[in-house]
Amino acid sequence: MSMTKPIATTRSATGIPTGKLAVWWVIGSEIVIFGGLLASYIMHRIGHPEWAEYASHTNTWFGGANTFVLLTSSLFAVLAHYAAEHGDGKKAAKWLLATCAGGATFASIKAVEWSIEISHGYTITANGFWSFYYTAAGIHALHVIAGCIIMLIIARQAWKGEELHRVELIGIYWHFVDIVWIFLFPLLYIAK
Amino acid sequence: MAEHTEDHDHGQAHYVKIWAVLLVLLVISILGPILAPHIEIGFMKAWMWTILFAFGIAVVKAYLVAANFMHLNIEKRYISYMLATMLMFMLLFFAGVAPDVMRHKGQNWENVAAEAEIERALKAQGEAAHGEHGGEHEAGH
Repeated sequence: MSMTKPIATTRSATGIPTGKLAVWWVIGSEIVIFGGLLASYIMHRIGHPEWAEYASHTNTWFGGANTFVLLTSSLFAVLAHYAAEHGDGKKAAKWLLATCAGGATFASIKAVEWSIEISHGYTITANGFWSFYYTAAGIHALHVIAGCIIMLIIARQAWKGEELHRVELIGIYWHFVDIVWIFLFPLLYIAK
Repeated sequence: MAEHTEDHDHGQAHYVKIWAVLLVLLVISILGPILAPHIEIGFMKAWMWTILFAFGIAVVKAYLVAANFMHLNIEKRYISYMLATMLMFMLLFFAGVAPDVMRHKGQNWENVAAEAEIERALKAQGEAAHGEHGGEHEAGH
């Protein structure tokens, strides 16, 4: 094995491998980012009775389909982790690619959904509700895309049997992105 | 078959089971608000059911993912405490800002712009509904 591994990725004074601790720290920060955004949305939604009508134009079936896709991709991510835990890098890489396919499907559904909405005049500047809608779902979609890119890099390494612990790290991030969507879904699609 | 020396028994079947439960919850969260108007029982009004279905289920789903997929249940406790602290920051933010955003009038202040926008939008929606349904007043609230 490589002798040039950075110390920071191997030492562990905290009882948790440092790389994993870093991912938890990222997620802690993300909770504040998404939490602040969602909290702002909730207080504005309560303060603006007219938003109920705007919200009624979101399509529950697109949102529901995307929830299904993300939940399923999370299952693939944890199965990749399971394979990596058992030393099977090739299998882990395959599951990671499946997870990535889920992310791509999610982004594609979003693209179709947004195209329809924008063509109906529901743009980001239409009113406060649509501003929040595109900002929240947009930042979330960027996280999905970023996760996919990282996952492809890790899948490539895992295929060669290298850095298998990273499979779990990207998995933890992916599940968090899934959880954010679990809350965005009722906020934007269900509570009408 | 060959069980490795694992300190937990999270086999693949377990993950699939959690996923199945998540899908059932997803279906309930979609169907719930559709059925809500028909299940007003006691003090539970339709909108309360919607809130319960939408967010109660979201919390359960998030817990299932965090505990079983992110393995928070077997992670060091201080990670959960750290994440909970971040959630507390969110609540703190909400508590500090929400009173001013959710209301548009206080003892010494009035958010004229917000009030005007609400009035304008509700009126426009009322007129739109009027036009569509021929006389029905359907302003959302």
